[in-house]
Amino acid sequence: MEPNRLTIHELQERLRDGSLTSAEVTESVYRRIASLEERVHAYITLTEEAATQQACAADKLIRAGTGGPLTGIPIAIKDVLCTQGVRTTCGSRILEDFVPPYDATVVRKLKDAGAVFVGKTNMDEFAMGSSTETSRFGITKNPWDLERIPGGSSGGSAAAVAADECMASLGTDTGGSIRQPAALCGVVGLKPTYGRVSRFGMVAFASSLDQIGPITKDVEDCAIMMNAISGHDTSDATSVPTKVPDYRACLSRDIEGWTVGIPKEYFVEGVDPEIRASIDTAIKTLEGLGARCLDVSLPHTEYCIATYYIIAPSEASSNLARFDGVRYGFRAPDGESLLDMYKKTRSSGFGAEVKRRIMIGTYSLSSGYYDAYYKKASQVRALIRDDFDRAFTKCDVVLTPTTPTPAFRIGEKMDDPLQMYLYDIFTLSTNLAGVPGISVPCGYTKGGLPIGVQFMAGQFQEEKLLQVPSAYEKNSALEKRKPDL
Amino acid sequence: MKITTQEVGYVAHLARLELSEDEKGTLTSQLNNILMYMDILNGVDTEGTEPMTHAISLGNVFREDAEKKSIGVEMALANAPEGEMGFFGVPKIIE
Amino acid sequence: MTYETVIGLEVHAQLLTKTKIFCGCSTRFGETPNSNTCPICLGMPGTLPVLNKKVVEYAMRMALATHCTVQATSTWARKNYFYPDLPKGYQITQFDRPLAEAGYVDIEKNGAKKRIGITRIHMEEDAGKSIHDELSGSSYVDLNRAAVPLIEIVSEPDMRSPDEAAQYLRRLHEILVYLEICDGNMEEGSFRCDANISLRPEGQESFGIRAELKNMNSFHNVQRALEYEIQRQRAILERGDRVVQETRLWNTSQEVTHSMRGKEEAHDYRYFPEPDLLPIVISDAWKEEIANALPELPMEKRERFVSEYGIPPYDAGVLTASRALADYYEEVARLCGRPKIASNWVMGDFLAYLNEAKLEIGESPVPPAALAELIGIIEDGTISGKIAKEVFEEMWQSGKQPKEIVEDKGLVQITDTGELEKIVEEVLAAHQNQLEQYRTGKDQLFGFFVGQTMKATGGKANPKVVNELLKKKLSTP
Repeated sequence: MEPNRLTIHELQERLRDGSLTSAEVTESVYRRIASLEERVHAYITLTEEAATQQACAADKLIRAGTGGPLTGIPIAIKDVLCTQGVRTTCGSRILEDFVPPYDATVVRKLKDAGAVFVGKTNMDEFAMGSSTETSRFGITKNPWDLERIPGGSSGGSAAAVAADECMASLGTDTGGSIRQPAALCGVVGLKPTYGRVSRFGMVAFASSLDQIGPITKDVEDCAIMMNAISGHDTSDATSVPTKVPDYRACLSRDIEGWTVGIPKEYFVEGVDPEIRASIDTAIKTLEGLGARCLDVSLPHTEYCIATYYIIAPSEASSNLARFDGVRYGFRAPDGESLLDMYKKTRSSGFGAEVKRRIMIGTYSLSSGYYDAYYKKASQVRALIRDDFDRAFTKCDVVLTPTTPTPAFRIGEKMDDPLQMYLYDIFTLSTNLAGVPGISVPCGYTKGGLPIGVQFMAGQFQEEKLLQVPSAYEKNSALEKRKPDL
Repeated sequence: MKITTQEVGYVAHLARLELSEDEKGTLTSQLNNILMYMDILNGVDTEGTEPMTHAISLGNVFREDAEKKSIGVEMALANAPEGEMGFFGVPKIIE
Repeated sequence: MTYETVIGLEVHAQLLTKTKIFCGCSTRFGETPNSNTCPICLGMPGTLPVLNKKVVEYAMRMALATHCTVQATSTWARKNYFYPDLPKGYQITQFDRPLAEAGYVDIEKNGAKKRIGITRIHMEEDAGKSIHDELSGSSYVDLNRAAVPLIEIVSEPDMRSPDEAAQYLRRLHEILVYLEICDGNMEEGSFRCDANISLRPEGQESFGIRAELKNMNSFHNVQRALEYEIQRQRAILERGDRVVQETRLWNTSQEVTHSMRGKEEAHDYRYFPEPDLLPIVISDAWKEEIANALPELPMEKRERFVSEYGIPPYDAGVLTASRALADYYEEVARLCGRPKIASNWVMGDFLAYLNEAKLEIGESPVPPAALAELIGIIEDGTISGKIAKEVFEEMWQSGKQPKEIVEDKGLVQITDTGELEKIVEEVLAAHQNQLEQYRTGKDQLFGFFVGQTMKATGGKANPKVVNELLKKKLSTP
């Protein structure tokens, strides 16, 4: 088998026993990229030269026996995470040539762990989108069906993992941007508890909702990545000093006697019957492992989309004010006055969806509308959080579909923003509540599109969030498929 | 109507966006659609509910008053569209 | 009609922390443009603010010194507007839940105390500076000052005259400097003031329409601008017009205020809670710790000086103008045990020399102990007050001890009656003409003989003894 098709933990063994070198693995990844990128387009920027050097350095460490779990492993980084000396575009014209003089904390942690950086992955502009269609740098295709979207906004990161163009990747998740593309691309994606992973160096979309997390080929890889990126960071005041357990250690434990909450609000009309069936099978598998499934209620679920699409654009409208053509990034050349320069720069620098969200957010915060929109949404958000608090007194994890339908066709929802927003229906709530969520493959449609099941847990309960899907993954009858490319 | 074309123009100005008449029209109808959907929140009783502004309930996160090396003028201006004599240059500010 | 003036002030004070409010960059003034910057204060994408604890402590000092209620929980907000000197496109400030509220400072009005309310004190970050080049039409931005910590102190509309406003401002200024949390430099912008001013017919309860005054960078300008504005608004009201609510800029050279109308746009700052910063929670213990470490404040010190040292209120005011001067004075007074004489010396020669040499108290070549020693040897009669001035000058120049100078130069006062009598006799003998005239009734020549005697002793004669001797000699032919 080509080394690029392996998981991190499989690769680790081969690197350790000397049957493979990081240089060979890295080379196979770039071979794969060379043969596929034209069709998949998962990356915005590739850093092959640096990666080759990193691989050589990693091989030395491995030979010396001082390598860690990620030493020499090729990893892709969503282009919303700052990388020192490597341009970071956020999929936007306004940052087309921006080269940060600093690394995001997660990037530095992976560097310290000896990882090899393959490149920066494509994304919806400023992570605003559910399909990776709003990128300035072209559309990423779903490796399972090149006519379809890979999901978004971390579509490049999910497609790259699904297509074996890297071992694992980092995504960011503000309303489902890790879990949703992971589900649509048939890979694993975890959004950690808010505060578990430092946001420093992640170009902010909605600061109170944003989290960075891994996209991987299986649950064990996800645990390995979480071990590397979690933890307190003094550069992020919202990062939490709670101790980081060894996430890999919990994977082998059984889940006998555990309770899995099934919220009825997530099993409504509009959920694709094939998805429904796959989820039911997953529930049966868990019951077969001794878990007890019970009904729980998250009564404010129907308000999640409205709440999210007020809070996230409001914060975004402020976060994106810094892109003004003064200190970095694109500046429109023909601004005659300052005001003119601002308007021309921002109007031609941002794409339509980003502008739409800036407009919604600016409106929601503006004088006379704040109470009716932003404040009201923040109050409803508190009620949504309370729903989860109550649910987690009754169960260990909550299980839901990740998406209402499998990957849709490219262009299908581009003209109707509200339809696009409604597609995030099952993933927004964890960001609003600040709890962690994971999407794990649980089936395929007749047409061969992947289906994901989502688990959620209480704040800082990532161990549960890995243990349950790990048990499921090991014991489900689901065949392991790779996209036919 | 939740928002008029005129209001869309005002909000665009606040956000320093320049919209063509076409864009204004499209945005007005899209924003109306979206804002109408938001009305669903009016059905929620939030009387006495403290707004949730952070996803975690911590406080008092500080740093000590210790100096860190600055990145230097050159690095500060490295990404600037117009850096002149160590300053960031901008077009005339019409007051 | 008589109008009553209503004034409220908003003061911005830069805090004397070593580093900026949300990053580790230096706050030093006057450095190369953009050299005190980092990705955080440049507002680069992905960077995050982390609060400098000293800022909270300094702000709490001011809040407690002005009798404010420090809130158990206060929060941060973003104030959104576009300007090139505001790197993030928003200012991190406090809005609906400020650090402290409802305090006061006392000023004096007609010999009695008047209380000026403080509405709130909150923390925020400063903006950078834009320089406008008239020639090229371009502007240039320096972000060294961006994110330097500020506190904003908002007063109640309690002041009724420019003089009260100036007094209030001086009180705030001296408290900030006493607390050692602000250098108070108005020229460099460490202490800035905006004013809201309106007039209303005397006896009317509701406020008139106000103007907001900006760009007054000295105490003098604040007072002048307010005085001008009273005249302007009164003229408008007297001709039956309405004052326009607007921002006006004080023009220092023309001594008038100009409307910013048309140049200022309707602001919609879209404040909302800052998601990157968590609330500040202040326990009673923390508050107590800060309160216990507060120094004696200028007003209290002034009152204590009057009662404890028996010096006039005016002197107490001069001596408490700075903490260093007050400490210097108290040390001199304590060491010499003569607080009133100490006060004269510190306010007189000491301050005169200090100002002449443009030195700070700490740089004075005459330490308190030396001045106290000088006062001691005047009091015990070793030297005369006149010689003392000479000795002080020598102390200032050489840094020597007063006793050493007196000995070296033989300046000890001659009080020996026998010795002086001889000299007086010589003086009288040498000035027969004047003696004759005196004896024929020219009394005013008495001073001449005193002067001649002093001259003959090189100023060392004890003037009291000389007086007595001369009186005796001149009355007996």
